[in-house]
Amino acid sequence: MLTFMASDSEEEVCDERTSLMSAESPTPRSCQDGRQGLEDGESAAQWRSQESEEDHEEEDPDRYVCSGVPGRPPGLEEELTLKYGAKHVIMLFVPVTLCMIVVVATIKSVRFYTEKNGQLIYTPFSEDTPSVGQRLLNSVLNTLIMISVIVTMTIFLVVLYKYRCYKFIHGWLIMSSLMLLFLFTYIYLGEVLKTYNVAMDYPTLFLTVWNFGAVGMVCIHWKGPLVLQQAYLIMISALMALVFIKYLPEWSAWVILGAISVYDLVAVLCPKGPLRMLVETAQERNEPIFPALIYSSAMVWTVGMAKLDPSSQGALQLPYDPEMGGVKLGLGDFIFYSVLVGKAAATGSGDWNTTLACFVAILIGLCLTLLLLAVFKKALPALPISITFGLIFYFSTDNLVRPFMDTLASHQLYI
Amino acid sequence: MTLCAVESQLASGETARPGQAFFWLVSLLFSSLIWFTTATLIGNKDEPREKYLLIFGVLISVLIQEMFRFAYYKLLKKASEGLKTINPYEKAPSMRLLAYVSGLGFGIMSGVFSFVNTLSDSLGPGTVGIHGDPPQFFLYSAFMTLVITLLHVFWGIVFFDGCEKKKWYTLLVVLLSHLLVSALTLISPHYGLNLVLAYIIMVLMGVWAFFVSGGSCRSLKLCLLCQDKDFLLFNQRAR
Repeated sequence: MLTFMASDSEEEVCDERTSLMSAESPTPRSCQDGRQGLEDGESAAQWRSQESEEDHEEEDPDRYVCSGVPGRPPGLEEELTLKYGAKHVIMLFVPVTLCMIVVVATIKSVRFYTEKNGQLIYTPFSEDTPSVGQRLLNSVLNTLIMISVIVTMTIFLVVLYKYRCYKFIHGWLIMSSLMLLFLFTYIYLGEVLKTYNVAMDYPTLFLTVWNFGAVGMVCIHWKGPLVLQQAYLIMISALMALVFIKYLPEWSAWVILGAISVYDLVAVLCPKGPLRMLVETAQERNEPIFPALIYSSAMVWTVGMAKLDPSSQGALQLPYDPEMGGVKLGLGDFIFYSVLVGKAAATGSGDWNTTLACFVAILIGLCLTLLLLAVFKKALPALPISITFGLIFYFSTDNLVRPFMDTLASHQLYI
Repeated sequence: MTLCAVESQLASGETARPGQAFFWLVSLLFSSLIWFTTATLIGNKDEPREKYLLIFGVLISVLIQEMFRFAYYKLLKKASEGLKTINPYEKAPSMRLLAYVSGLGFGIMSGVFSFVNTLSDSLGPGTVGIHGDPPQFFLYSAFMTLVITLLHVFWGIVFFDGCEKKKWYTLLVVLLSHLLVSALTLISPHYGLNLVLAYIIMVLMGVWAFFVSGGSCRSLKLCLLCQDKDFLLFNQRAR
């Protein structure tokens, strides 16, 4: 299991559904975010709003000129961006909150995920050292190893994509989601049943896990109702976050979170960053990049087409609205947000205030990132602002606010 | 355009609540920081000093909370104005709605932070008041949290209205009543008196907020007797 995680990645390249849609409608490009796999750089998740791309491509020159000229009233494009900016915030708040709730609920109830039971091979240095300096050094070394693994995987992925080894990538992604949906679910279910002392026989267990996994594979890699696909994506993000919370040692986890947000920033914004290159290559080839393992809040629309596509599902029930784009957020972002909140719940000395503070901080960071997205209209890293706020609030709440609130509560004072 | 985007997001009611919750959190952070540094500087661990330090912490915290409420008002005001300049025809969320939502955000955050640890302890094994403390601890905490949350909502409405109409004495009244409610909790073993006074203040604030938001005795009567034409039930039939 540990070695297999080396090749675990969360990307997916064009699956049947999206290739079908893009084949039918050459003009619209579903704005996909380049999402990287867990071990190979999913930290650098980026996302952009669909309408921004549509607007750039499909707006007539007039409007384009309008919005670019200062002093002129802003064109339709700007208004819609601003109007739907707030809507997008809500559309992303719900899944991120759900993922965090699942992770925190599991951490607080199932003992398995807070027990120390070995470490990943990516973090070989142990933190059981007597001196603080040694511990710090070990955690920094662990972080360096982890980040270099991620960077290597990302570059490998970009290279594969550049040389069009689609089958390899596709196979890789299918293997990784198979593992998540079957093996990790089986372990999770086992631990939950143990915690609540529920007896379940093997045939029932097999049937349950089989159904769950099979439907998940179909929904994620092929076609399925949007809500079900979103639910599965949330569940696999939560499962992955739980694995990280269990197997990353304490200080290493915090340093890794910090380092990953820096890497995310660099990989998405620098001109030679791997993720930026990935996105640009996909744009040149006019292809959606890795659509299935990105959380999307709305179906991909075929802009300019009034016909209904009989082969796509779910989205057709909604009225066609060209401006109502969806926002896409990479699964790596879900995972790392949940890791932060989960770690706060696991190690915050049984204190809920710390968990809540981190939760609010992450949501506000997400708000701000969405704002920047509305302004800059290009793929942006979703990790840096939220993780920074989360880390600041975690450490300050744990060390400053907690004693204050505890003292207040013990004297029954209310502020 | 950056500024406009900021303003539009903040002015939209949906993001106002987590925004204000965040501001409350930051205010709590600052007040804990001040308390902590004062405690470390003074350093003494004896009982009365600790109590005085705590009282000082509470007062500072209330002051900082009201300051942050004002800061949030300024931010929302700027956002509304910015939105109006971009799009003069679209109806921006009214300041009253924003006042309510921001008060709610403040109240929820404050309530949750005060109460969630008590709640999680209440699930665990234990006996309340085994050392002679009053056994109604949980009930008291619950009612107190409720009154504080509602008070924050009403304070938010009254405060924003006072800022809008430039009636600065309103702000002072809000601040003083907040200080009063917090100071009342200092007489903590006498639960009954404490709670009753807090509820009286809440009812007074509620009535004030009702009149400030444009309610009147007449509209209240119409609403209660379901004769209000603008209210929900009538809307469905008339239009």
